[in-house]
Amino acid sequence: MNEWVRFWICAVFCIGGIAVILVSTFGVYRFRYVLNRMHIAALGDTLGISLVLLGLVISKGFSPVSWKLLLVILFFWIASPVAGHLIARLETTTNEKLSEYVREERDDGSL
Amino acid sequence: MKAGKKMKISIDRLRAWSERDTDRDYPFIPAEKSPEKEKREAPDPNRYKNAFEIRAFQKVYNVFSVVFCLTLIAVLLITISYLPRFGEAGNPANNEVEQRYIEAGLEETGAVNIVAGMILDYRAFDTFGESCVLFTAVTCVFILLKKKPTDAERENDRLYEPKNDAILQTAAAVVVPFGILFGIYVILNGHLSAGGGFSGGAVLGACLVLYLLAFGFEKTERFFTERTFRFITVIPLTFYCLAKSYSFFTGANHLESHIPLGTPGAILSSGLILPLNICVGMVVACTMYAFYCMFRKGSF
Repeated sequence: MNEWVRFWICAVFCIGGIAVILVSTFGVYRFRYVLNRMHIAALGDTLGISLVLLGLVISKGFSPVSWKLLLVILFFWIASPVAGHLIARLETTTNEKLSEYVREERDDGSL
Repeated sequence: MKAGKKMKISIDRLRAWSERDTDRDYPFIPAEKSPEKEKREAPDPNRYKNAFEIRAFQKVYNVFSVVFCLTLIAVLLITISYLPRFGEAGNPANNEVEQRYIEAGLEETGAVNIVAGMILDYRAFDTFGESCVLFTAVTCVFILLKKKPTDAERENDRLYEPKNDAILQTAAAVVVPFGILFGIYVILNGHLSAGGGFSGGAVLGACLVLYLLAFGFEKTERFFTERTFRFITVIPLTFYCLAKSYSFFTGANHLESHIPLGTPGAILSSGLILPLNICVGMVVACTMYAFYCMFRKGSF
């Protein structure tokens, strides 16, 4: 009984993660602009992978493997947003036609 | 003219970014319309003198490309159908060599990790060749890309990368120390668990590159110059060559090699495998770092 509950929780987490990754892969092809693509790709990198790994952690219980998996999640959460931040910054500083795609917000919050 | 002006503006903004003069942040709102791809008109084939031949050639080319691809697919599929079935006992791959590795590997090499025993003991010359390939590749990159830094580059060594990006620096300060520790762990445990010189060296090299990206050449120059690179690649390769030549020479002549194998499972065991792992790891890490520096700046 206990095993079954654990299996189903693990399965729900893994399938949810795979669904998020699928959505993000679809979005990367669907969007046309760098920043939009980056936004949707980051979703798969952080939420999707962490859901899949959390499912695996639940299936393993308290063991060395699950601690390592938690470390992997931590690494992804540090690395992927930082990479996204750098790409976005490069895009805003080098794209000449930026105002065609993006509305800039002024300091007082108006567009 | 127009393109040149645009290019200049772009480089100015990039430089401003790299020197962190831009205090301006850009909050984003998603794009409303997707950027249209510029439609390029197909060139008119009739403007050439031999327009007929060109069009005939295009048709023949299309037909032949399809025929060629289909023939290739057919040949490959026929070849695959002659292969033996996967995983059968009578396949040529199931022979006495791997039997020997599995049965006597632990006893002969002293390595708990059979793969490490295989690539660094039985087939050590193969791995030596791989390390030398890395060395040759980095030498070729040196020949093609190495240059003396210009005055502007010498004055400001961060012309080509973001300067003092606070987010990147914070992330690097967290990740790099643990990454380097993990790389050393992977290299030193190569004969006990999965891993070894190649993977651990790749981790180390990636951490060095991340550190360089976050803090700039000014910081890495203090411990990694071209001189260091030369020492760290040539000395391990020479040591590898000499040590393995010795052990192959004694082994081929049925002499005692006097290299203790130790107790399997201990960190100081399995003879030459641990030092060779360290050599390979150093070469791989230096190669990755040197590739990055050469493509980025042209010098260390």
